[in-house]
Amino acid sequence: MRDANLVIRNGVNVGFKAVIIVFSVAAVLPLAFILGFIAFQGISALNLDFFIHGSKPTGEVGGGILNALVGSGLLILIASLAAVPVSVVTGVYLAENRTSKLAFFVRWAVDLIQGMPSIVLGLIGYAWFVLPIARATGSGVTFSILAGGLTLALMMLPIIIKSTEETVRLIPVSLKEASIALGVPYWRTILSVVLPASLSGIVSGVLIAVGRIAGETAPLLFTVFGNYYFNADILKPSDAMPLLIFNYTMSPYDDLHRIAWGAAFVLVAFILILNIFVRLVVRRWKIRF
Amino acid sequence: MKKITAAGLNLHYGTFHALIDVSLGIEPNKITAMIGPSGCGKSTLLRVFNRMNDAIEGVRVAGNVELDGENILAYRDDEAIDILRRKVGMVFQRPNPFPLSVFENVAFGMRIHKLARGRELEDRVAESLKAVLLWDALKDKLKRSALSLTLEQRQRLCIARLIAVTPDVILLDEPCSSLDPVATLKIEELMLELKKRYTIIIVTHNMAQAARVSDETGFMLLGRLVEFGETSRIFTAPQAKETEEYITGRYG
Repeated sequence: MRDANLVIRNGVNVGFKAVIIVFSVAAVLPLAFILGFIAFQGISALNLDFFIHGSKPTGEVGGGILNALVGSGLLILIASLAAVPVSVVTGVYLAENRTSKLAFFVRWAVDLIQGMPSIVLGLIGYAWFVLPIARATGSGVTFSILAGGLTLALMMLPIIIKSTEETVRLIPVSLKEASIALGVPYWRTILSVVLPASLSGIVSGVLIAVGRIAGETAPLLFTVFGNYYFNADILKPSDAMPLLIFNYTMSPYDDLHRIAWGAAFVLVAFILILNIFVRLVVRRWKIRF
Repeated sequence: MKKITAAGLNLHYGTFHALIDVSLGIEPNKITAMIGPSGCGKSTLLRVFNRMNDAIEGVRVAGNVELDGENILAYRDDEAIDILRRKVGMVFQRPNPFPLSVFENVAFGMRIHKLARGRELEDRVAESLKAVLLWDALKDKLKRSALSLTLEQRQRLCIARLIAVTPDVILLDEPCSSLDPVATLKIEELMLELKKRYTIIIVTHNMAQAARVSDETGFMLLGRLVEFGETSRIFTAPQAKETEEYITGRYG
């Protein structure tokens, strides 16, 4: 009687474990297929020329993604420069003022921005950045890397704000007290004690945000527009990795499809490496008190 | 001349009356121990002396607390309070070194207050570490993370960090509560060494510790200072009944 019971229990145990493993594998499988497929399609396009040449005139075989690489690099740079200072300050404010009314509204607003469809942010970017920049420079050129970068900065804000807030919150009060008890002013305590101790969390938040915007396409359509020629002037339109993939995939030429696959592979690899980097940063720099 | 005097000190946390009519005088270059059950207000009293209660919302303080004859409760601007905190340093219950190197921990306050730089800074770091008897153990490990030290070493480092900004008074808030008996004894020896140069006030749950190291003892209960006087007298001939019950372990 007792043995029969045990057999049933063991049977259920094994069965349950099997279900868990099967479902877990099923959840990861799509990712593996996607990565595998993109690598399979894209890796053949990669060679040195692919990275050091821009697009060739339509109909001509060859060409590479240099224009898009430079454009995306500048976009990420501008977006980070604009978003990081604002987000870190806001994140610290939220962590330090948990109950204030303003903090409540800011937190709410941050959630709303995070939930906003990227195409809407693209429209906002057109209205807030593209038009004013065109007016200010007085040139007929409306779209620009600057406008695109600022729009992407909007998308980075919530991610960095939240990761900063969470990290700063985890800093023990005793550490702040130690500094304040030494007669160090509050602002100096934040700058010299709290922020350095939160560095790993803030940096990983920034990297995650970069990974998030690197592949954003919709906001760029209305702001950077795209460009078949090389451009490193931030007040002019430029190509970017996601735009290149979008435009080339829509074209009828096999050669451009090949380049699009290659670009997709490069983009995915970049985001993957960024993610691995985040883990390293967290492991290396994280301070255990 | 007393180092610190409090007269008619009252403190409220919101509606809670945490310190009730506390009056006392702290002798310079002596160790004064504050004892009493948890929640009696002894840590709160300690934090009045360096205005650390300011950070807590809803705290109101009334009365007179003088350091070298100057009323520290009257300080309004942040700078005066920061200078006060340099003069009246504090050591906390759990050692709380910054996540920096040993050297940078001690140099921290001096750098921020621009007290020393370069060669002089190095000398003063060494001096501070010598004062807490850490120099011999750590002189070759100054670049090590402070978080790699033992708890006792960390607590010593916290004291060194404080001494570096040249305080007059050192407040110790249960400095040995997270240390083992051997480490506790070593910190106590250090206190006896330090009292030659500093005025020390220690809050402790450990009555034996108060009896061993302090020159004067105050017993607090429910926000009141029940009794204050020479340690040898408090522990041998307490005047108040509550004091006697507490030190003989019959409280509550």
